[in-house]
Amino acid sequence: MTTLLIVVLLGLSAIAFQTGRKKALRATAGNIAPLHSLPTYYGTYVALWVGIPSLIVIGLWLAFEPQIINALLLAALPGDVRGLSPAELGLQINDIKNHAAGGITSSELSPRLQEVADYYLGLRQNGLLGMTIVAVAAGVGGLAVGWRHVTSTFRARNHVERTIRVVLIIASSIAILTTVGIVLSLLFESIRFFAQVSPIEFLFGLQWSPQTALRADQVGQSGAFGAVPIFAGTLMITIIAMAIAVPIGLFSAIYMAEYASSQFRSVIKPVLEVLAGIPTVVYGFFAALTVAPAIRGFGEGLGLSVASESALAAGLVMGIMIIPFVSSLSDDVINAVPQSLRDGSYAMGATKSETVRQVILPAALPGIVGSVLLAVSRAIGETMIVVMAAGLSANLTANPFEAVTTVTVQIVTLLTGDQEFDSAKTLAAFALGLVLFIITLGLNVVALRVVRRYREKYD
Amino acid sequence: MTDLLAGRALTDAAARRQLNRRHRAERRFKYYGLAAIFAALGVLAVLLVTIVGAGYSAFQQTHIQLDIELREDLIDPDGTRKEADIRQANYAVLVRDALIKIFPDASGRRDRRALARLVSSGADIQLLNMVLADATLIGSTQTIWFKASADFDSLSKGQIPRDVPEDARKVSDKQIAWFDHLAALGLVEKKFNTGFFTTADSREPEQAGILGAVVGSLLTLIVTLVLSFPIGVMAAVYLEEFAPKNRLTDFIEININNLAAVPSIVFGLLGLAVFLNFFGLPRSAPLVGGMVLALMTLPTIIIASRAALRAVPPSIREAALGMGASPVQTVTHHVLPLAMPGILTGTIIGMAQALGETAPLLMIGMVAFIVDVPGSFTDAATVLPVQVFLWADAPERGFVERTSAAIMVLLAFLIVMNILAVVLRRRFERRW
Amino acid sequence: MTAMPDQDVEMGRAPAPMPNKIRTQHVSVYYGDKCAIKDVSLDIESNRVTAFIGPSGCGKSTFLRCINRMNDTIDICRVDGSIVLDGTDIYDSKIDVVQLRARVGMVFQKPNPFPKSIYDNVAYGPRIHGLVSGRGETDDVVEASLNRAGLWDEVKDRLQDPGTSLSGGQQQRLCIARAIAVQPEVILMDEPCSALDPIATARIEELIDELRANYTIIIVTHSMQQAARVSQRTAFFHLGDLIEFGDTEQVFTNPIEQKTQDYITGRFG
Repeated sequence: MTTLLIVVLLGLSAIAFQTGRKKALRATAGNIAPLHSLPTYYGTYVALWVGIPSLIVIGLWLAFEPQIINALLLAALPGDVRGLSPAELGLQINDIKNHAAGGITSSELSPRLQEVADYYLGLRQNGLLGMTIVAVAAGVGGLAVGWRHVTSTFRARNHVERTIRVVLIIASSIAILTTVGIVLSLLFESIRFFAQVSPIEFLFGLQWSPQTALRADQVGQSGAFGAVPIFAGTLMITIIAMAIAVPIGLFSAIYMAEYASSQFRSVIKPVLEVLAGIPTVVYGFFAALTVAPAIRGFGEGLGLSVASESALAAGLVMGIMIIPFVSSLSDDVINAVPQSLRDGSYAMGATKSETVRQVILPAALPGIVGSVLLAVSRAIGETMIVVMAAGLSANLTANPFEAVTTVTVQIVTLLTGDQEFDSAKTLAAFALGLVLFIITLGLNVVALRVVRRYREKYD
Repeated sequence: MTDLLAGRALTDAAARRQLNRRHRAERRFKYYGLAAIFAALGVLAVLLVTIVGAGYSAFQQTHIQLDIELREDLIDPDGTRKEADIRQANYAVLVRDALIKIFPDASGRRDRRALARLVSSGADIQLLNMVLADATLIGSTQTIWFKASADFDSLSKGQIPRDVPEDARKVSDKQIAWFDHLAALGLVEKKFNTGFFTTADSREPEQAGILGAVVGSLLTLIVTLVLSFPIGVMAAVYLEEFAPKNRLTDFIEININNLAAVPSIVFGLLGLAVFLNFFGLPRSAPLVGGMVLALMTLPTIIIASRAALRAVPPSIREAALGMGASPVQTVTHHVLPLAMPGILTGTIIGMAQALGETAPLLMIGMVAFIVDVPGSFTDAATVLPVQVFLWADAPERGFVERTSAAIMVLLAFLIVMNILAVVLRRRFERRW
Repeated sequence: MTAMPDQDVEMGRAPAPMPNKIRTQHVSVYYGDKCAIKDVSLDIESNRVTAFIGPSGCGKSTFLRCINRMNDTIDICRVDGSIVLDGTDIYDSKIDVVQLRARVGMVFQKPNPFPKSIYDNVAYGPRIHGLVSGRGETDDVVEASLNRAGLWDEVKDRLQDPGTSLSGGQQQRLCIARAIAVQPEVILMDEPCSALDPIATARIEELIDELRANYTIIIVTHSMQQAARVSQRTAFFHLGDLIEFGDTEQVFTNPIEQKTQDYITGRFG
């Protein structure tokens, strides 16, 4: 049905294009010169009148069909089923839908539900059919309207170009929509979470064990949502990563920008960029397979007890991942320092290292701080390395040989696997996501502003 | 002229000492820089050597040759040759019988079961498919290469040490003796592991392949490309060529720059809350994965496209406008074609990022264990990096080499994409 | 080439200024394959201002930058011939450019104060060369240098302000103060007034005249009037060749070469 609809609409647009073009040409007896715009613009104009209304219909249908059908389905359910708990109701609805789709259901449907399933199937099919008819009708109607507008003096090009601009503006607004979507979805779920757990407990509590009891008779697991151990773990791994990435990244950037010959640079720079292109899941595997056992062996050699998922291993590998990030950003920043400052320093008889340390680095400092902040934000938000190499248990410790957990690890753990969506456990993931988003957003805004100021200074 | 520093004339020796100190500091500083670079390169080398070292063996698979008697009384006792009947037969027994024929000393249930474990548990499916393809084979005896089970694959690759106590390894002394005997008979051979590229995931390492994940990645990337490329280019064109300098434009710019630095997992949360829970799109589907990744790559494409558009000199625009072209015509006829190589380069780099991305896909359920190769955009699927993640988590020994091999395949794809981007840039780069 | 004993090639401070501070012989400069300076030989006299003039792209700045080996920072640049400072060939492989540049300072076309305080800008050179120890000594050098550059009275109350906060002319005088703080013997000036307004230019020209008493100064300028005002000797370059070199008065009033005549009368340039 959908393929048919697409074909019909494409055909209709093609017809619209041709009729618009032909009518314009006919209006001036085949002469192009007296026309306001080129004939293709008249064609495009009419085709847009076909495409846009029908696309609006399809878009509305895509956005609201599931909700409407669900509401109708719910209304059609027998009263005793509607009275079930949300979880069981969801299961029933799922069964009905699966049955309608011809799939496997978790239990045999009762005849009454069978009826509902058939009703549901009918709803969906009728809905699709109705939508198709409305969309095609909208297209045909549009064709008629557009076609009537076409005269030899009609400013078709201006109308088409204005439409193009509107489309371009809509495309640019996707960035805003994405941000709004992120903020709203995180906020909405977090508010539901904070209705169950107080923000004070979440932000300052020292105990994190998100397993809530599934059944009332289960012992123990009442669920504790104090996120301080998670924040502390994130902080520790970030610090370890920065301790690796900042010196190595900065020194390589300095060498690349100030010392390296152009041949050396042209070979080494792409190789370092390879490091940046390796997917994080590969670093995670590397951390778990090679680095963690190596650190463990090394620590045991020294008589230390090292957890197999130590913070050190995850932080180390994360640092390695961030090296090219720091070095390429710092390289840009160092190169933005004007040559005249270097010349000034060399002309005084300064050596290269004196020039770097006393003139270039102070001049580039704001930019370098900006890059480090971006790197920190990157480290905090990095997921796969810590998911694969850091632990799950929320220990509040300052010992890098112990296992700690991070915000991103907890989000992944809480949201993968089977669970119902309304429990405090899954909602907690969104609260953590909100914290993560706010912190990284803050770092990014500050960093981008610092870097931008710095660029303007030397432009 | 010495009045500036009267009373502090340096002796030659002191001056020389001071100069030497400065030059030593200079050399030290330079070596720090070199050391930093070689540290980074060294780590890269270790990483690659580790992955390749652990993974190259996965491209070979140990096979065991057996003479299988396709007994009609077991496969199709009624002689109907109907598919339903043929499917019901117990082919594992045929494999076991073939093994027992070689090792008649394996008596008793435990021994026989241990013996059967030499061969992959997928052997019966292999036989079934053979018989289904050609029913005339029923009743004949065929010489067939079966995959060895993962443990014996590892054993023959030397990944399971033989000199540790028996209970410290997964294969018993007896099984090793059987296996060695088979090898001595010339019935064991390592062959190129085609199955790795032609099958989807499996619980058994020797049967697991990456085809499902590769197809999943492909489907996901198609969705990402179809969404992010046009939208990204249009947004870049608007911001660079048409947008007035006002609050809204500034706000869009800030948003784009920030989105480029938002952690990828947050995009996953967005996908979960909006696409799955609000719009009710299917879980685990390449469609949703592609949409999430499209939102993620959009800033990359916009930023690269804007840079490419900015590199087109204003004189081209002025020339076109001077000819009486409208702004839209100027952009579509002149500016955009000239900027296209740069835009495509940025897009390929964005796609490479999307191909390597894992975290947001975990959020929308693409971590499921999926045995089938996905056939459409709404089928449950997984992608290559997630497959790496899943296998890295699997406890079986045989998955270690497969994880590394999957990483090698993933890296190969990324390298190809990046080379493509570099070639494109070199080929069409224009200096104005 | 000079016949100095090998072990003494290092740049020691000369006991007494020789009449010819710098001798250049057959100097050619290449950027890759392109020849920017062709076989130039000239002598720079002590305690005089020598001006290099010529149309843009004639190689005068390139030649100036050879004298303190600033061209070393450009990878593809190659220098042939010899430049001898007080009897020592500065392109000898044993020469330490760091020491050379401490003796031959430079002021650039665009004022380029370091992004530090006024005080630290001036103190930078003495500190890296170890000419000062302790706050008191540094204070003295900074004050003396700023005084000599005629800037002290304008900045003495705001020494901790960034150097970039000064006006263009003040920045350029700060750069001169920075250069003389390391007690150079020669100061190279590469169009030091081209980015300045006429009043600031006049101030710098006065300063150059005052500095002549203690330093040997070489100035590159595109302004013939400026060369006539500040210099005693003038060299005219054209397309990498040294066309004419002599006393400023003679070059401007009675040039020997036709090309010089054409240039100073404004027929090209």
